[in-house]
Amino acid sequence: MITIVDYGTSNLGSMSNMLRKIGYVSRIASAPEQLEDATKIILPGVGSFDAGMKKLVGSGMVPVLNRKVTEERVPTLGVCLGMHLMTRGSQEGVLPGMGWLPATTVRFDQVEQPTLRVPHMGWNQVHACKSSVVTTDMADETRFYFAHSYFVRPDNTSDILLEAQYGASRFAAALERGNIVAGQFHPEKSHRFGMWLLKNFAERF
Amino acid sequence: MLKTRVIPTLLLLGEGLVKTTGFRDPKYVGDPINAIKIFNDKEVDELILLDIAATKGAKGPAFDTIADIAGECFMPVAYGGGISTVEQMRRILGIGIEKVVINSAAIESPGLIATAAREFGSQAVVVSIDVKKTLLGRYEVRSRSGTKATKLDPVAWARQVQDMGAGEIMLTSIERDGTMRGYDLDLIGKISAATNVPVIAAGGAGKIADFGAAVASGADAVAAGAMFVFHGPHRAVLITYPSRADLKTVV
Repeated sequence: MITIVDYGTSNLGSMSNMLRKIGYVSRIASAPEQLEDATKIILPGVGSFDAGMKKLVGSGMVPVLNRKVTEERVPTLGVCLGMHLMTRGSQEGVLPGMGWLPATTVRFDQVEQPTLRVPHMGWNQVHACKSSVVTTDMADETRFYFAHSYFVRPDNTSDILLEAQYGASRFAAALERGNIVAGQFHPEKSHRFGMWLLKNFAERF
Repeated sequence: MLKTRVIPTLLLLGEGLVKTTGFRDPKYVGDPINAIKIFNDKEVDELILLDIAATKGAKGPAFDTIADIAGECFMPVAYGGGISTVEQMRRILGIGIEKVVINSAAIESPGLIATAAREFGSQAVVVSIDVKKTLLGRYEVRSRSGTKATKLDPVAWARQVQDMGAGEIMLTSIERDGTMRGYDLDLIGKISAATNVPVIAAGGAGKIADFGAAVASGADAVAAGAMFVFHGPHRAVLITYPSRADLKTVV
Protein backbone atom coordinates (compact mmCIF):
# COMPACT_ATOMS: atom_id res chain seq x y z
CA MET A 1 0.00 0.00 0.00
CA ILE A 2 1.06 3.59 -0.60
CA THR A 3 2.29 4.81 2.75
CA ILE A 4 2.56 8.47 3.66
CA VAL A 5 5.15 9.24 6.30
CA ASP A 6 3.69 11.30 9.13
CA TYR A 7 6.43 12.87 11.22
CA GLY A 8 4.38 15.80 12.41
CA THR A 9 4.32 18.12 9.40
CA SER A 10 1.31 19.11 7.39
CA ASN A 11 -0.54 18.21 4.22
CA LEU A 12 -1.21 14.58 4.96
CA GLY A 13 -4.95 15.13 4.63
CA SER A 14 -4.69 16.75 1.21
CA MET A 15 -2.30 14.07 -0.03
CA SER A 16 -4.49 11.14 1.01
CA ASN A 17 -7.61 12.94 -0.28
CA MET A 18 -6.08 13.43 -3.70
CA LEU A 19 -4.90 9.81 -3.84
CA ARG A 20 -8.43 8.70 -2.95
CA LYS A 21 -9.84 10.94 -5.67
CA ILE A 22 -7.66 9.18 -8.28
CA GLY A 23 -8.56 5.76 -6.93
CA TYR A 24 -5.78 4.81 -4.51
CA VAL A 25 -6.08 3.90 -0.89
CA SER A 26 -3.18 5.14 1.16
CA ARG A 27 -2.11 4.75 4.75
CA ILE A 28 -0.47 7.19 7.08
CA ALA A 29 2.51 5.85 9.04
CA SER A 30 3.58 7.56 12.22
CA ALA A 31 5.59 4.68 13.73
CA PRO A 32 8.37 2.46 12.31
CA GLU A 33 6.33 -0.76 12.20
CA GLN A 34 3.67 0.93 10.05
CA LEU A 35 6.25 1.31 7.28
CA GLU A 36 7.13 -2.39 7.07
CA ASP A 37 4.72 -3.40 4.32
CA ALA A 38 4.85 -0.16 2.36
CA THR A 39 4.97 -0.80 -1.38
CA LYS A 40 5.37 2.90 -2.14
CA ILE A 41 6.43 5.66 0.21
CA ILE A 42 5.57 9.35 0.15
CA LEU A 43 7.68 11.67 2.28
CA PRO A 44 5.82 14.99 2.44
CA GLY A 45 6.79 17.99 4.47
CA VAL A 46 6.35 21.66 5.07
CA GLY A 47 8.44 23.87 7.27
CA SER A 48 12.05 24.55 7.98
CA PHE A 49 14.81 21.99 7.41
CA ASP A 50 16.09 21.47 10.94
CA ALA A 51 12.62 21.42 12.48
CA GLY A 52 11.60 18.76 9.92
CA MET A 53 14.75 16.69 10.37
CA LYS A 54 14.40 16.75 14.15
CA LYS A 55 10.82 15.56 13.89
CA LEU A 56 11.73 12.82 11.44
CA VAL A 57 14.49 11.57 13.75
CA GLY A 58 12.18 11.93 16.74
CA SER A 59 9.54 9.78 15.04
CA GLY A 60 11.88 6.78 15.23
CA MET A 61 11.25 6.02 11.56
CA VAL A 62 14.70 6.95 10.19
CA PRO A 63 16.32 3.47 10.41
CA VAL A 64 13.44 1.69 8.71
CA LEU A 65 13.15 4.45 6.10
CA ASN A 66 16.85 4.11 5.33
CA ARG A 67 16.44 0.37 4.87
CA LYS A 68 13.28 0.67 2.79
CA VAL A 69 14.64 3.36 0.51
CA THR A 70 18.31 2.44 0.09
CA GLU A 71 18.32 -1.37 0.51
CA GLU A 72 14.85 -2.58 -0.44
CA ARG A 73 14.61 0.22 -3.00
CA VAL A 74 10.93 0.86 -2.43
CA PRO A 75 9.66 3.52 -4.89
CA THR A 76 9.64 6.76 -2.92
CA LEU A 77 8.28 10.23 -3.59
CA GLY A 78 9.57 13.26 -1.71
CA VAL A 79 7.53 16.45 -1.70
CA CYS A 80 8.81 19.96 -0.93
CA LEU A 81 10.57 19.78 2.46
CA GLY A 82 10.45 15.98 2.06
CA MET A 83 12.59 16.45 -1.06
CA HIS A 84 15.03 18.65 0.86
CA LEU A 85 15.34 16.08 3.66
CA MET A 86 16.44 13.50 1.05
CA THR A 87 19.57 15.56 0.32
CA ARG A 88 22.83 15.78 2.29
CA GLY A 89 21.80 19.01 3.95
CA SER A 90 20.44 22.50 3.49
CA GLN A 91 21.60 26.08 3.75
CA GLU A 92 18.47 26.54 5.83
CA GLY A 93 19.83 24.47 8.70
CA VAL A 94 22.81 22.75 10.26
CA LEU A 95 21.55 19.19 10.63
CA PRO A 96 22.54 16.54 8.07
CA GLY A 97 19.79 15.28 5.77
CA MET A 98 19.02 11.66 4.90
CA GLY A 99 21.58 11.74 2.08
CA TRP A 100 19.55 9.57 -0.30
CA LEU A 101 20.09 12.03 -3.10
CA PRO A 102 23.57 13.27 -4.08
CA ALA A 103 22.47 16.86 -3.78
CA THR A 104 22.35 19.86 -1.49
CA THR A 105 19.56 22.29 -0.70
CA VAL A 106 20.30 25.96 -1.35
CA ARG A 107 18.46 29.28 -1.10
CA PHE A 108 17.30 31.45 -3.97
CA ASP A 109 19.98 34.07 -4.43
CA GLN A 110 18.77 37.53 -3.44
CA VAL A 111 22.31 38.91 -3.47
CA GLU A 112 22.75 38.54 -7.22
CA GLN A 113 19.05 39.21 -7.74
CA PRO A 114 18.01 41.77 -5.11
CA THR A 115 14.59 42.29 -6.66
CA LEU A 116 13.70 38.59 -6.66
CA ARG A 117 10.78 38.00 -4.33
CA VAL A 118 11.38 35.03 -2.07
CA PRO A 119 9.59 32.71 -1.25
CA HIS A 120 8.91 31.55 -4.79
CA MET A 121 5.18 31.32 -4.35
CA GLY A 122 2.60 30.24 -6.84
CA TRP A 123 2.05 28.34 -10.06
CA ASN A 124 4.95 27.82 -12.36
CA GLN A 125 5.35 25.94 -15.58
CA VAL A 126 7.74 22.97 -15.64
CA HIS A 127 9.81 21.58 -18.47
CA ALA A 128 10.86 17.96 -18.86
CA CYS A 129 14.62 17.35 -18.89
CA LYS A 130 14.42 13.60 -19.47
CA SER A 131 11.77 11.01 -20.07
CA SER A 132 10.36 9.03 -17.20
CA VAL A 133 7.34 6.91 -16.38
CA VAL A 134 6.43 9.57 -13.81
CA THR A 135 5.93 12.13 -16.57
CA THR A 136 4.10 9.85 -19.01
CA ASP A 137 1.62 11.80 -21.14
CA MET A 138 2.75 15.19 -19.91
CA ALA A 139 0.43 17.96 -21.11
CA ASP A 140 1.58 21.19 -22.71
CA GLU A 141 1.94 23.96 -20.18
CA THR A 142 2.03 21.60 -17.24
CA ARG A 143 2.16 23.71 -14.11
CA PHE A 144 2.46 23.10 -10.41
CA TYR A 145 2.03 25.00 -7.19
CA PHE A 146 5.29 26.00 -5.48
CA ALA A 147 5.85 27.60 -2.07
CA HIS A 148 9.52 27.58 -1.08
CA SER A 149 12.62 29.66 -0.44
CA TYR A 150 15.11 26.81 -0.92
CA PHE A 151 15.57 24.36 -3.75
CA VAL A 152 17.65 21.26 -4.43
CA ARG A 153 20.84 21.40 -6.46
CA PRO A 154 21.89 17.89 -7.55
CA ASP A 155 25.52 16.88 -8.10
CA ASN A 156 24.50 15.28 -11.40
CA THR A 157 22.28 17.28 -13.72
CA SER A 158 21.20 13.95 -15.21
CA ASP A 159 19.06 13.48 -12.09
CA ILE A 160 16.89 16.47 -13.04
CA LEU A 161 13.48 15.34 -14.23
CA LEU A 162 11.62 18.66 -14.41
CA GLU A 163 13.00 22.14 -14.45
CA ALA A 164 11.36 25.51 -13.73
CA GLN A 165 12.53 29.07 -13.96
CA TYR A 166 12.26 31.74 -11.31
CA GLY A 167 13.94 35.07 -11.91
CA ALA A 168 17.29 34.24 -13.43
CA SER A 169 17.40 30.89 -11.63
CA ARG A 170 16.60 27.68 -13.40
CA PHE A 171 16.11 25.13 -10.70
CA ALA A 172 15.19 21.48 -10.31
CA ALA A 173 11.42 21.27 -9.93
CA ALA A 174 11.74 17.48 -9.72
CA LEU A 175 14.53 14.93 -9.53
CA GLU A 176 14.48 11.27 -10.40
CA ARG A 177 17.25 8.91 -9.40
CA GLY A 178 16.79 5.16 -9.11
CA ASN A 179 13.80 4.42 -6.91
CA ILE A 180 13.45 8.04 -5.80
CA VAL A 181 11.42 10.80 -7.37
CA ALA A 182 11.21 14.12 -5.60
CA GLY A 183 9.24 17.25 -6.36
CA GLN A 184 9.76 20.77 -5.11
CA PHE A 185 6.11 21.59 -5.83
CA HIS A 186 2.97 20.35 -4.12
CA PRO A 187 1.20 17.79 -6.34
CA GLU A 188 -1.53 17.42 -3.71
CA LYS A 189 -2.39 21.11 -4.25
CA SER A 190 -1.93 21.24 -8.02
CA HIS A 191 -5.39 19.92 -9.00
CA ARG A 192 -5.39 18.33 -12.48
CA PHE A 193 -1.59 18.33 -12.79
CA GLY A 194 -1.04 16.91 -9.33
CA MET A 195 -3.53 14.12 -10.00
CA TRP A 196 -1.72 13.28 -13.21
CA LEU A 197 1.69 13.08 -11.52
CA LEU A 198 0.47 11.11 -8.50
CA LYS A 199 -1.35 8.69 -10.78
CA ASN A 200 1.83 8.06 -12.73
CA PHE A 201 3.76 7.57 -9.50
CA ALA A 202 1.13 5.20 -8.14
CA GLU A 203 0.60 3.26 -11.36
CA ARG A 204 3.93 3.18 -13.13
CA PHE A 205 6.88 4.12 -10.93
CA MET B 1 7.81 31.92 -15.73
CA LEU B 2 5.83 32.36 -12.55
CA LYS B 3 2.17 32.91 -13.21
CA THR B 4 0.25 35.59 -11.36
CA ARG B 5 -2.09 33.96 -8.89
CA VAL B 6 -5.73 34.94 -9.04
CA ILE B 7 -7.20 34.06 -5.68
CA PRO B 8 -10.84 33.95 -4.58
CA THR B 9 -11.24 35.20 -1.01
CA LEU B 10 -13.98 33.41 0.89
CA LEU B 11 -15.38 34.94 4.05
CA LEU B 12 -16.66 32.52 6.62
CA LEU B 13 -19.30 33.60 9.13
CA GLY B 14 -20.45 30.71 11.23
CA GLU B 15 -20.99 27.81 8.84
CA GLY B 16 -21.78 29.94 5.80
CA LEU B 17 -19.97 32.13 3.33
CA VAL B 18 -20.67 35.84 3.23
CA LYS B 19 -19.45 38.88 1.36
CA THR B 20 -18.95 42.26 2.98
CA THR B 21 -18.74 45.81 1.68
CA GLY B 22 -16.18 48.01 3.40
CA PHE B 23 -15.81 45.18 5.95
CA ARG B 24 -19.47 45.59 6.95
CA ASP B 25 -22.89 44.40 5.99
CA PRO B 26 -22.17 40.68 5.40
CA LYS B 27 -24.44 39.13 2.76
CA TYR B 28 -24.91 35.36 2.73
CA VAL B 29 -23.54 33.88 -0.49
CA GLY B 30 -23.71 30.15 0.09
CA ASP B 31 -22.33 26.99 1.54
CA PRO B 32 -18.52 26.70 1.65
CA ILE B 33 -18.27 23.07 0.49
CA ASN B 34 -20.45 23.78 -2.52
CA ALA B 35 -18.36 26.84 -3.39
CA ILE B 36 -15.15 24.86 -3.12
CA LYS B 37 -16.43 22.10 -5.39
CA ILE B 38 -17.09 24.78 -8.00
CA PHE B 39 -13.66 26.30 -7.51
CA ASN B 40 -12.04 22.84 -7.81
CA ASP B 41 -13.77 22.34 -11.16
CA LYS B 42 -12.61 25.75 -12.30
CA GLU B 43 -9.04 24.91 -11.26
CA VAL B 44 -8.49 28.11 -9.33
CA ASP B 45 -4.92 28.98 -8.39
CA GLU B 46 -5.42 29.24 -4.67
CA LEU B 47 -8.03 30.12 -2.05
CA ILE B 48 -7.99 32.42 0.93
CA LEU B 49 -10.50 31.55 3.63
CA LEU B 50 -11.08 34.14 6.32
CA ASP B 51 -13.34 33.67 9.33
CA ILE B 52 -14.48 37.23 9.91
CA ALA B 53 -16.01 36.62 13.35
CA ALA B 54 -13.34 34.42 14.91
CA THR B 55 -11.21 37.20 16.39
CA LYS B 56 -14.12 39.35 17.49
CA GLY B 57 -15.86 36.51 19.25
CA ALA B 58 -12.54 35.46 20.84
CA LYS B 59 -13.51 31.88 20.08
CA GLY B 60 -10.49 31.14 17.89
CA PRO B 61 -10.54 29.11 14.67
CA ALA B 62 -13.42 26.65 14.07
CA PHE B 63 -11.12 23.70 13.45
CA ASP B 64 -13.81 21.19 12.43
CA THR B 65 -15.29 23.51 9.83
CA ILE B 66 -11.83 24.36 8.49
CA ALA B 67 -10.91 20.67 8.27
CA ASP B 68 -14.11 19.87 6.35
CA ILE B 69 -13.34 22.63 3.88
CA ALA B 70 -9.62 21.79 3.56
CA GLY B 71 -10.40 18.17 2.80
CA GLU B 72 -12.30 19.23 -0.32
CA CYS B 73 -9.62 21.56 -1.68
CA PHE B 74 -7.26 20.39 -4.40
CA MET B 75 -5.66 23.78 -4.55
CA PRO B 76 -3.58 25.61 -1.94
CA VAL B 77 -5.54 27.27 0.83
CA ALA B 78 -4.63 29.99 3.27
CA TYR B 79 -6.73 30.35 6.40
CA GLY B 80 -7.07 33.36 8.66
CA GLY B 81 -9.32 34.36 11.52
CA GLY B 82 -8.87 34.09 15.26
CA ILE B 83 -5.32 32.75 15.14
CA SER B 84 -3.22 33.96 18.04
CA THR B 85 -0.96 31.04 19.02
CA VAL B 86 1.60 28.75 17.40
CA GLU B 87 -0.41 25.76 18.60
CA GLN B 88 -3.46 26.94 16.67
CA MET B 89 -1.24 27.35 13.59
CA ARG B 90 0.15 23.85 13.99
CA ARG B 91 -3.37 22.45 14.14
CA ILE B 92 -4.49 24.39 11.08
CA LEU B 93 -1.44 23.40 9.01
CA GLY B 94 -1.97 19.80 10.14
CA ILE B 95 -5.50 19.61 8.73
CA GLY B 96 -4.45 20.36 5.18
CA ILE B 97 -4.24 24.14 5.08
CA GLU B 98 -1.02 25.43 3.48
CA LYS B 99 -0.74 28.86 5.03
CA VAL B 100 -1.90 30.69 8.08
CA VAL B 101 -3.00 34.30 7.79
CA ILE B 102 -2.48 36.50 10.81
CA ASN B 103 -3.50 40.09 11.24
CA SER B 104 -4.66 41.37 14.65
CA ALA B 105 -2.44 38.90 16.54
CA ALA B 106 0.61 40.02 14.55
CA ILE B 107 -0.07 43.62 15.54
CA GLU B 108 -0.76 42.80 19.16
CA SER B 109 2.19 40.42 19.56
CA PRO B 110 4.61 40.82 16.64
CA GLY B 111 6.90 38.10 18.04
CA LEU B 112 4.34 35.60 16.79
CA ILE B 113 5.47 36.20 13.19
CA ALA B 114 9.09 35.23 13.87
CA THR B 115 8.10 32.22 15.94
CA ALA B 116 5.74 31.00 13.23
CA ALA B 117 8.31 31.51 10.46
CA ARG B 118 10.94 29.61 12.42
CA GLU B 119 8.58 26.75 13.17
CA PHE B 120 6.71 26.40 9.86
CA GLY B 121 8.85 28.30 7.34
CA SER B 122 8.08 31.72 5.88
CA GLN B 123 6.13 30.23 2.99
CA ALA B 124 3.40 29.23 5.45
CA VAL B 125 3.04 32.63 7.11
CA VAL B 126 0.91 35.31 5.49
CA VAL B 127 0.52 38.59 7.30
CA SER B 128 -2.68 40.36 6.35
CA ILE B 129 -2.60 44.14 6.48
CA ASP B 130 -5.91 45.98 6.38
CA VAL B 131 -5.53 49.61 5.43
CA LYS B 132 -7.88 52.58 5.62
CA LYS B 133 -7.31 56.25 4.92
CA THR B 134 -7.58 58.58 7.90
CA LEU B 135 -9.61 61.79 7.74
CA LEU B 136 -6.39 63.55 6.77
CA GLY B 137 -5.92 61.18 3.85
CA ARG B 138 -3.02 59.26 5.36
CA TYR B 139 -2.94 55.47 5.09
CA GLU B 140 -3.30 53.69 8.41
CA VAL B 141 -3.23 50.02 9.40
CA ARG B 142 -6.37 48.79 11.13
CA SER B 143 -6.81 45.67 13.22
CA ARG B 144 -9.75 43.63 14.51
CA SER B 145 -11.57 43.39 11.18
CA GLY B 146 -10.95 47.04 10.45
CA THR B 147 -12.59 48.31 13.62
CA LYS B 148 -9.50 49.39 15.50
CA ALA B 149 -7.09 52.14 14.51
CA THR B 150 -3.44 51.25 15.18
CA LYS B 151 -1.47 54.36 14.19
CA LEU B 152 0.83 52.01 12.22
CA ASP B 153 2.07 53.23 8.86
CA PRO B 154 1.42 50.46 6.30
CA VAL B 155 4.83 50.83 4.62
CA ALA B 156 6.77 50.63 7.87
CA TRP B 157 4.59 47.78 9.13
CA ALA B 158 4.99 45.83 5.87
CA ARG B 159 8.77 46.14 6.11
CA GLN B 160 8.67 45.09 9.72
CA VAL B 161 6.57 41.98 9.10
CA GLN B 162 8.84 40.99 6.23
CA ASP B 163 11.92 41.38 8.44
CA MET B 164 10.27 39.23 11.09
CA GLY B 165 9.75 36.42 8.60
CA ALA B 166 6.37 36.87 6.92
CA GLY B 167 6.49 35.01 3.61
CA GLU B 168 3.70 36.96 2.04
CA ILE B 169 1.66 40.09 2.63
CA MET B 170 -2.04 40.23 1.93
CA LEU B 171 -2.81 43.90 1.45
CA THR B 172 -6.45 44.90 1.70
CA SER B 173 -7.99 48.31 1.15
CA ILE B 174 -10.91 48.48 3.57
CA GLU B 175 -12.71 51.23 1.64
CA ARG B 176 -12.54 49.26 -1.60
CA ASP B 177 -13.70 45.94 -0.11
CA GLY B 178 -16.79 44.69 -1.92
CA THR B 179 -17.12 47.82 -4.06
CA MET B 180 -15.73 46.32 -7.28
CA ARG B 181 -14.35 49.79 -8.13
CA GLY B 182 -10.79 48.55 -8.70
CA TYR B 183 -7.81 48.13 -6.38
CA ASP B 184 -6.08 50.96 -4.53
CA LEU B 185 -3.12 51.01 -6.92
CA ASP B 186 -1.27 53.74 -5.06
CA LEU B 187 -1.27 51.64 -1.89
CA ILE B 188 -0.16 48.51 -3.79
CA GLY B 189 2.69 50.45 -5.39
CA LYS B 190 3.92 51.80 -2.06
CA ILE B 191 3.92 48.43 -0.29
CA SER B 192 5.41 46.48 -3.20
CA ALA B 193 8.23 48.97 -3.59
CA ALA B 194 9.07 48.69 0.11
CA THR B 195 9.18 44.89 0.30
CA ASN B 196 10.60 41.86 -1.49
CA VAL B 197 8.15 39.20 -0.40
CA PRO B 198 5.10 38.48 -2.53
CA VAL B 199 2.27 40.99 -2.09
CA ILE B 200 -1.33 39.88 -2.64
CA ALA B 201 -3.55 42.78 -3.65
CA ALA B 202 -7.06 42.69 -2.19
CA GLY B 203 -10.08 44.94 -2.00
CA GLY B 204 -11.91 46.34 -4.98
CA ALA B 205 -11.52 43.93 -7.91
CA GLY B 206 -14.50 44.12 -10.24
CA LYS B 207 -13.19 43.05 -13.63
CA ILE B 208 -10.18 41.19 -14.95
CA ALA B 209 -8.53 44.41 -16.16
CA ASP B 210 -8.21 45.32 -12.46
CA PHE B 211 -5.87 42.35 -12.03
CA GLY B 212 -3.58 43.63 -14.75
CA ALA B 213 -3.53 47.08 -13.15
CA ALA B 214 -2.63 45.64 -9.73
CA VAL B 215 0.20 43.60 -11.24
CA ALA B 216 1.47 46.64 -13.12
CA SER B 217 1.55 48.46 -9.77
CA GLY B 218 3.70 45.73 -8.22
CA ALA B 219 1.33 43.06 -6.89
CA ASP B 220 2.49 39.46 -7.22
CA ALA B 221 -0.94 37.99 -6.77
CA VAL B 222 -4.47 39.31 -6.84
CA ALA B 223 -7.39 38.39 -4.62
CA ALA B 224 -11.06 39.07 -5.24
CA GLY B 225 -14.27 38.37 -3.37
CA ALA B 226 -17.36 40.12 -4.71
CA MET B 227 -16.23 39.68 -8.32
CA PHE B 228 -16.29 35.88 -7.96
CA VAL B 229 -19.55 35.59 -6.03
CA PHE B 230 -21.81 38.33 -7.39
CA HIS B 231 -23.22 38.67 -10.86
CA GLY B 232 -24.89 41.63 -12.56
CA PRO B 233 -26.04 45.01 -11.28
CA HIS B 234 -28.30 43.52 -8.60
CA ARG B 235 -25.47 41.43 -7.21
CA ALA B 236 -27.18 38.08 -7.65
CA VAL B 237 -25.13 35.30 -6.09
CA LEU B 238 -23.28 33.31 -8.74
CA ILE B 239 -19.92 31.70 -8.15
CA THR B 240 -17.63 32.25 -11.11
CA TYR B 241 -13.95 32.34 -12.02
CA PRO B 242 -12.50 33.69 -15.26
CA SER B 243 -11.18 31.25 -17.83
CA ARG B 244 -7.44 30.81 -18.15
CA ALA B 245 -7.63 32.23 -21.67
CA ASP B 246 -9.28 35.42 -20.36
CA LEU B 247 -6.82 35.73 -17.49
CA LYS B 248 -3.91 35.33 -19.87
CA THR B 249 -4.93 38.56 -21.58
CA VAL B 250 -4.23 40.60 -18.44
CA VAL B 251 -1.78 38.76 -16.16
